[in-house]
Amino acid sequence: MSENTFLLDGEAIPFVPGQTVMQAAKAAGKYIPHLCWHPEFKPHGSCKLCTVKANGRFVSSCTMEAAAGVTIENRTPELDDKRRTLLQLLFVEGNHFCPSCEKSGNCLLQATAYDLGMMSPHFDHFFPDRPVDASHPDILLDFNRCILCSLCVQASEQADKKNVFVMGGRGMRGRRIIINSESGKLGDTDFAASDRAASICPVGVILKKRVGFAVPIGERKYDQAPASVVEVTK
Amino acid sequence: MNANTATPAKTKLRVATTSLAGCFGCHMSFLDIDERILQLVELVEFDRSPITDIKHCGPCDLGIIEGGVCNAENVHVLHEFRKNCKILVAMGACAVNGGLPAQRNHLDLRDILEEVYQTEPGLTHGGIPNDPELPLPLNKVHPIHEVVKIDYFLPGCPPPADAIWKFLTDLLAGRTPHLGHGLLHYD
Amino acid sequence: MPDAPEKTIAAVLARHKGDGTRLMQILREVQEELGWLAPETITEIARGIGWPRARVEGTAAFYSFFHTRPRGKYCVLWSDNITDRMLGNRDLMLALCKKLWLEPARLSEDGLVSVNTTSCTGMCDQGPAVLVNYRAITRMTPERVDQMAELIRNQVPLDEWPADWFRVEDNIRRKDALLDHGLVPGEALAAAMEKGSKAFLDEVKASGLRGRGGAGFTTGMKWEICRDAPGSAHYVVCNADEGEPGTFKDRVLLTSYADLVFEGMTLAGYAVGAQKGLLYLRGEYRYMKDALEAVLARRRGEKLLGSRILDKDFTFDIEIHFGAGAYICGEESALIESLEGKPGRPRIRPPFPVTRGYLDQPTTVNNVETLAASCLVARHGGAWYAKLGTAKSAGTKLMSVSGDVERPGIYEYPYGVTVAQILADAGARDTQAVQVSGPSGVCVAAEEFGRRICFEDIPTAGAFMVFDESRDMFEVARNFAHFFAHESCGFCTPCRVGTQVVARLMDKLAENHGSPYDIDEMFKMHRLMQGASHCGLGNSACNPLFDTLNKFRPAYERRLKSLEYEPAFDLDAALSQARQMTRRDDAGAHLSNED
Repeated sequence: MSENTFLLDGEAIPFVPGQTVMQAAKAAGKYIPHLCWHPEFKPHGSCKLCTVKANGRFVSSCTMEAAAGVTIENRTPELDDKRRTLLQLLFVEGNHFCPSCEKSGNCLLQATAYDLGMMSPHFDHFFPDRPVDASHPDILLDFNRCILCSLCVQASEQADKKNVFVMGGRGMRGRRIIINSESGKLGDTDFAASDRAASICPVGVILKKRVGFAVPIGERKYDQAPASVVEVTK
Repeated sequence: MNANTATPAKTKLRVATTSLAGCFGCHMSFLDIDERILQLVELVEFDRSPITDIKHCGPCDLGIIEGGVCNAENVHVLHEFRKNCKILVAMGACAVNGGLPAQRNHLDLRDILEEVYQTEPGLTHGGIPNDPELPLPLNKVHPIHEVVKIDYFLPGCPPPADAIWKFLTDLLAGRTPHLGHGLLHYD
Repeated sequence: MPDAPEKTIAAVLARHKGDGTRLMQILREVQEELGWLAPETITEIARGIGWPRARVEGTAAFYSFFHTRPRGKYCVLWSDNITDRMLGNRDLMLALCKKLWLEPARLSEDGLVSVNTTSCTGMCDQGPAVLVNYRAITRMTPERVDQMAELIRNQVPLDEWPADWFRVEDNIRRKDALLDHGLVPGEALAAAMEKGSKAFLDEVKASGLRGRGGAGFTTGMKWEICRDAPGSAHYVVCNADEGEPGTFKDRVLLTSYADLVFEGMTLAGYAVGAQKGLLYLRGEYRYMKDALEAVLARRRGEKLLGSRILDKDFTFDIEIHFGAGAYICGEESALIESLEGKPGRPRIRPPFPVTRGYLDQPTTVNNVETLAASCLVARHGGAWYAKLGTAKSAGTKLMSVSGDVERPGIYEYPYGVTVAQILADAGARDTQAVQVSGPSGVCVAAEEFGRRICFEDIPTAGAFMVFDESRDMFEVARNFAHFFAHESCGFCTPCRVGTQVVARLMDKLAENHGSPYDIDEMFKMHRLMQGASHCGLGNSACNPLFDTLNKFRPAYERRLKSLEYEPAFDLDAALSQARQMTRRDDAGAHLSNED
């Protein structure tokens, strides 16, 4: 094995020092399921979908620096089974009702669940009561679908320099996106539809008004190709 | 074919279907398998189902349930199916996760009944219906796996006919059903 | 004061020089003055520290002891550890609620009082315990409940409540090398400075001293890595968050051995080259503030803190920071986040705090007991200390003993003591099990009482909760499951949702609605959370279930409704609202799972 490679499911993957396992895998066209990771932003490591086994130990591949000679298991039945369970936990934690969601077909949560063959949410639903915020003229927020990935937080902070969204609160009942205004309403912030954060949401929380069905269901991003293909080419 | 050498006619699998708190859309999608239904009836015969109008389910190999559980009658029907079917399948979004009817779960049932039958104009004269013939609604709408054990799930709103066909033919052939990209849909 | 909240806020902000990293202290002090953190209060604080408003709200919303909704003039929180429950806290709480005409967790309509539960307040040896406006009250009784209801109804200020209620006993039952240290303030420090920092660090390494928080990292090595790590400043952090239910040794050390703890922090500062030490004290111990500040002031006067300590070229001082009700802050990187004014979310590691900790600088985070023990090493040398205890566990350990024993309290033993010995000394009878190290630790059954407290066998921060044969080990595990669901920070999926799923399954079993299928589900969650969680909380959250399911399985099985699949909810109860609205009670208006 050459110096800067590691083994991913038995295949040698080259990496540049400083790259994470996730980055190197993606560069090599290998899919590691993920939700909270996005190539433009610092890894967050919270969704745990990208959990792999590195030399037999569970680790988040989005935060682990690639190291020469490490043996990594990725798409094994054991790990995919854990990922399916994590997806099921996310589905029952929020209110993910795909038939009424305009993000359907463009949603990474849904596409990842398809890719991993999740046939049901399995657990009992929590049916939480979460707010919808339509106060902004161009953007609708539907927190029923939030998976707490923090990508909007990162985009608003790092790309837009606005800090419109901040993650706060504790635990399943408390953790939530906090809007940067005293009223808690998006309409009272300087958020703009042109912000990076307006188009970063992997699920259907941050929606631009009046464009929801411009592309018909059936012809959308993950209708064209599964997440395992789209996510390594984007 | 000579009757003496023929293997005994393969017994058909018995299938029952029903719709609980659903819109029958899954059954309609089922019918969208079109002429393949002729192949299907070679393999199965229907017990209780909207197709047969049999009122109660007898012993079956396969039960297919559309819709979630929103009232007492749904619970009785579900129990009947579970008791009689070796394999029970949740078909469609409502059966799998409560679907559209479960969108009422954010509201208190008492508030709903009050608003519909007492405060909003329209139905306010009769009061809240209390005829013992009517099944009572449950406080919340539940997916069917929260009431009985479900063996297989076929999501979709409705599942497309091709998905239903693939799913059933897998099951009938003794394969664990598998839907690939394009067939597995939650909407 | 109520007419000028801006002035209060401005004064607090000025006291902290508008430094956002001190947000926890700012929020606490403002809340102590204004009662709660109103939206406009948060806006004002955010402006004062120059942070986005949402970030201030994010921190305020994370901690249980910060109130972003009106709180009531009296906020009564019942400690809800299993030991408090065994002492009858539930009945007492309901009695108080009844007397005050309110429901638990609800603010009374006149805004006067709210009554709720909180995680273990560290008074397990003298429970049932409560916090009233975050002041600790011990040994609650039905009589005290009656009096308390009166005091609240008559709006008597807390300062005028019976002083005896606020008395916290040390309950030291057995002393060994640490509690019988015989040192005078400054003695250990002088000995170390006599040797020089390098030689002192070598002594600590030679002593074999290991972290008393439970993980057992070698203290000398931690200090050496920290000292050698490049940075513009180095920091010493004393972890006095002591949130593990059943633990209260730090309470006793900081009450009666504060000099030893502060001297240990100073020694650590001397060893790693730090000038600043931070004591992160759990909010439950707010009552200790004045006494601790007085000790610090005295030590400054004695030249044991400040510039030119003992007239040598060494500067070090200590500041006290309070937590605000978050168990997760016992995890060292979450603690550091909290020290910086943020929600206590464990960081991604590496880097570890020893190289990049507080304000991104090299930071050694040590347990209260570890720091205190380092004084013995400084005074008597590494070789002397290494002779105490066992081969891999040098020294002594403080055990916080509570539950079904005659003499609950603090017991100090050399490492290697057996569980049976502690039980005998504490006067335990008919013991069924001991939960060592709290909910995240191990449940030890009777046939294992020969096991020893040491890193070779049972490593522990010292919680030792005893359950006799009358106790239901299922209820013990259920209490712990709810504890973790309440304390999960919510950062990672498996722990955030998994702890809730587990707590719900335990409730289902408790209500006699469960089946073996539900037990299998719990094992499944255990396997998921143990591998995939972000930090130790999620990784160990299912330990008590796993242990009790393996060692006390009948406690679960006798609750099973049937061996068949059972619904997620009570079918008949699910018709309750429709029955109420239709006034029906005929056979068709009921359901069972058997029809």
